[in-house]
Amino acid sequence: MRLSEIRDLLECDVLCGEDRLDLEIEECFAADLMSDVLAYCRPNALLLTGLTGVQSVHTADVAELAAVVYVNRKRPAGHILDIAREKEIPLLSTPRTLYEACGILRASGFAGGSRTR
Amino acid sequence: MTQERPREDDVAGAPADVLYREAFRISGGDYEHGGEVAARVKAILKELGIDPACSRRLSIANFEAEMNVIMYAESADLVLEVAGDEVRVTVADRGPGIPDIGLAMQEGYSTATAEMRARGFGAGMGLPNMKRNTDRFEIESVVGGGTTLRYAVRIA
Repeated sequence: MRLSEIRDLLECDVLCGEDRLDLEIEECFAADLMSDVLAYCRPNALLLTGLTGVQSVHTADVAELAAVVYVNRKRPAGHILDIAREKEIPLLSTPRTLYEACGILRASGFAGGSRTR
Repeated sequence: MTQERPREDDVAGAPADVLYREAFRISGGDYEHGGEVAARVKAILKELGIDPACSRRLSIANFEAEMNVIMYAESADLVLEVAGDEVRVTVADRGPGIPDIGLAMQEGYSTATAEMRARGFGAGMGLPNMKRNTDRFEIESVVGGGTTLRYAVRIA
């Protein structure tokens, strides 16, 4: 599914990376613990999180994630968006809660993007 | 974060197989810049043409190491070396040291504060995750003296 379709499903605002909405997303992962993302998330997954600190973008960069969706209308600060633009990581914001957003994506057929422990 | 470009004699003075060497300073408590060293090293590995899967694994270890320094230590030097068939990293911190390394290596064991957890770290996954993502991982620690990590990923 394209990132643009996920944007529509979750009623997202696109915070940066408007030119990359044609990215194909095959897997999703949700966590507020960046340690869990680093430990369990496969590359190219979409990350859903409520953590808006700079580490969310560095985690997406280091773990090579496709994009980040912030839940509960959360938005990172402007300097964090600048880092995401530099790293070409699309950032979106949804009014949905983490649970709701995961449910919507799961019902749309997304598998979890976690590696087997 | 301050960054020290290697002088030519840094590489010349290193073991003969070192093709690239660079050192980075990590400042304890500097959450706002936490992750910048790992991101910078990842960009360097890309420039050097290191296999992306190797780079990802090493970068995950670097990010965990960097956050550990920020959370627990006063400062540390992270030294990146590309040598022979591996990319290796040494992180030597000036910090409190780890009293029980065996305990610290257990998944889920954590001494993190609420602030650390609010930043998305301190879940007790750092050291085990570093070991999992590297091909060689060594840890030495002196209580009151500091902790030194040495790890490496083989280049595919």
